[in-house]
Amino acid sequence: MSTDTPARPTAPSRRATTARRSAWLLGALAALAVLAVLSLGIGARTIAPGQVLHVLLHREPTAEDWIVVHHSRIPRTLLGITVGAALGVAGAMMQALTRNPLADPGLLGINGGAAAAVAAGTALFDLRTFHSFVWFALLGAAVAALVVQLLGGSAAATPARLALAGTAVTAVLTAFVNGLILLDPLTLNRFRYWQIGTFAGVDSAAVGQVLPFLLAGGLLALVLGRPLNALALGDDTGRALGAHPARTRALSLLAITLLCGAATAAVGPIAFVGLAVPHLARHLCGPDQRWIMLLSAALAPVLLLASDILGRLLLRPAELQVGVVTAFVGAPLFIALVRGRRIAQL
Amino acid sequence: MLVGGLLLLLLLGAAAWTLTAGDYPLPVREVLDILGGGGRRADRYIVMEVRLPRMLTALLVGAALGLAGALFQTLARNPLGSPDVIGFTVGSATGALTVILLIGGGAAFVAGGAVVGGLVTSLLVYLLARRGGTQGHRLVLVGIGLSSLLSSLNAYLIARASFGDAQSAAVWLTGSLNARGWEHCTPLALALLVLLPAALLLGRPLRMLEMGDETAASLGVRTELVRIRLVLIGVALTAAATAAAGPVPFIALIAPQAVRRLTRTAGPNLLGSALLGALLLALSDLAAQRLLAPTQLPVGVLTGIIGGAYLVWLITRQWRRPA
Repeated sequence: MSTDTPARPTAPSRRATTARRSAWLLGALAALAVLAVLSLGIGARTIAPGQVLHVLLHREPTAEDWIVVHHSRIPRTLLGITVGAALGVAGAMMQALTRNPLADPGLLGINGGAAAAVAAGTALFDLRTFHSFVWFALLGAAVAALVVQLLGGSAAATPARLALAGTAVTAVLTAFVNGLILLDPLTLNRFRYWQIGTFAGVDSAAVGQVLPFLLAGGLLALVLGRPLNALALGDDTGRALGAHPARTRALSLLAITLLCGAATAAVGPIAFVGLAVPHLARHLCGPDQRWIMLLSAALAPVLLLASDILGRLLLRPAELQVGVVTAFVGAPLFIALVRGRRIAQL
Repeated sequence: MLVGGLLLLLLLGAAAWTLTAGDYPLPVREVLDILGGGGRRADRYIVMEVRLPRMLTALLVGAALGLAGALFQTLARNPLGSPDVIGFTVGSATGALTVILLIGGGAAFVAGGAVVGGLVTSLLVYLLARRGGTQGHRLVLVGIGLSSLLSSLNAYLIARASFGDAQSAAVWLTGSLNARGWEHCTPLALALLVLLPAALLLGRPLRMLEMGDETAASLGVRTELVRIRLVLIGVALTAAATAAAGPVPFIALIAPQAVRRLTRTAGPNLLGSALLGALLLALSDLAAQRLLAPTQLPVGVLTGIIGGAYLVWLITRQWRRPA
């Protein structure tokens, strides 16, 4: 991929580039702040932005607005932001790692692995609590990620081959999940709500449980920015620059698994955020992996929160789940990418 | 020829096994007696009304899917060009779900919804992937994208359905031959009676098409006309199979490829693909009935696992060979 070769900026243009990147990052963060306030206010019970600020600043545990904001909307918004950032960063890493602009955790079987593990856990061990879901989803995501990566041929992977490996693994896992939910009606009933991807019904305890995984994955991703940049030049050049390709790949996979597995465990499988946002970030800030990850971490929550708010508005007072909204926003984007000449040449 | 004969023999063996095995085992001689018109009434009922129509439906669905797969793969000049990959399957699921969950209606309506959904989705994928000629990879990737969107829609439909509806939808989505009777078998047989000869008649121009459009045209083939006819036949075959058994995954993908490997020839082998498709589905259904007996798995669970394993094997082979 020509876009993956780092730019060779001269001194003055480098300053201009940094200014442009910072501007985009600040813009994304500002949009995120606006959306967060909207997300606190919009829903079955609409609360005006002024009133949102009021209940944020003043403790009124008996007022209805205060209860709605603190017990439902704040956890939900926080989860939207953290999960969005996790999916964005994981997608960016996946695309860098595989040098593949089509890589996306959902497309590559990680979500399928998490789903299969959750279904198996529900059927065999009668999982109900969020805490137990997290461990199963993480394990499933790790195994699926490893298998797809191996099948794709690691270093020699091409976009089509990886997509194919993801499809194959997902097919086997889907058959497995189908078998489980058809044999056990209770599992079907729990699984069908989990598999759609929604923020509805989360509480602050759930956010607290998923946060450590996401933070660990995010920190690991930040550390890996520079080695991934070096690897973008190819294994040999990267090694000459002091990178350790094998170690970087293994650590990146670990970070992706932590981020995706925990995000999927928290809200269910959400497709396309991890695919679309890093593309946009790369388009805006150029090929430096560190900036792509930062900008993805800011832009993905924007997309996810906007989708969530849209889902709350479309069917008021009921909700359209965020997973459905993102698929309907993301799939057309994906198809447009595939139709573009660049992908077709790969 | 040898492979064809072998497949036919295996097919007969699988058929005999399916008719005799079950919770109520019957010896082969008794089954033959019943097929000849004799036998006790209870045994007759089990064979003629339960096992035989189900077995025949399995054979016919398998044959239709195998043949459709061979057509699609040759037309797309791509071993992945099957109705599974270009979105027919997910589209038909969306159509069927719409009928089961939103409109309501009997099995015939569900089948109709599936056919309409599948046709519309395939057309969409084809049109979206078309940009100055259709490229194999782009077709596959557009299919993946549209399939993801529709899967999400399907998940949404299932989540908002009543529990009973969700359960019957889940069974339909997996692809199942449980409780299939003559009312499923007869229409499918009639469809194949028309479509199989039609496909075989176009076998010669199909082989020429595989050599490239220009070569085919210089040999006197009207390429565009032949191609449209073949696509229509392939889609009709898939639609008929889906209406009878739901979206049984992967038979259409595997059967033609496996026949190519077995016969070690390059060209499309339509009859062989149909035979192998029938054999694969008959064996899968036998396993689905007997593996967890008395619980019956939907056959789609088994073909999904077999198909995924085959894809995995295919990828690792390609990977070892320097691309």
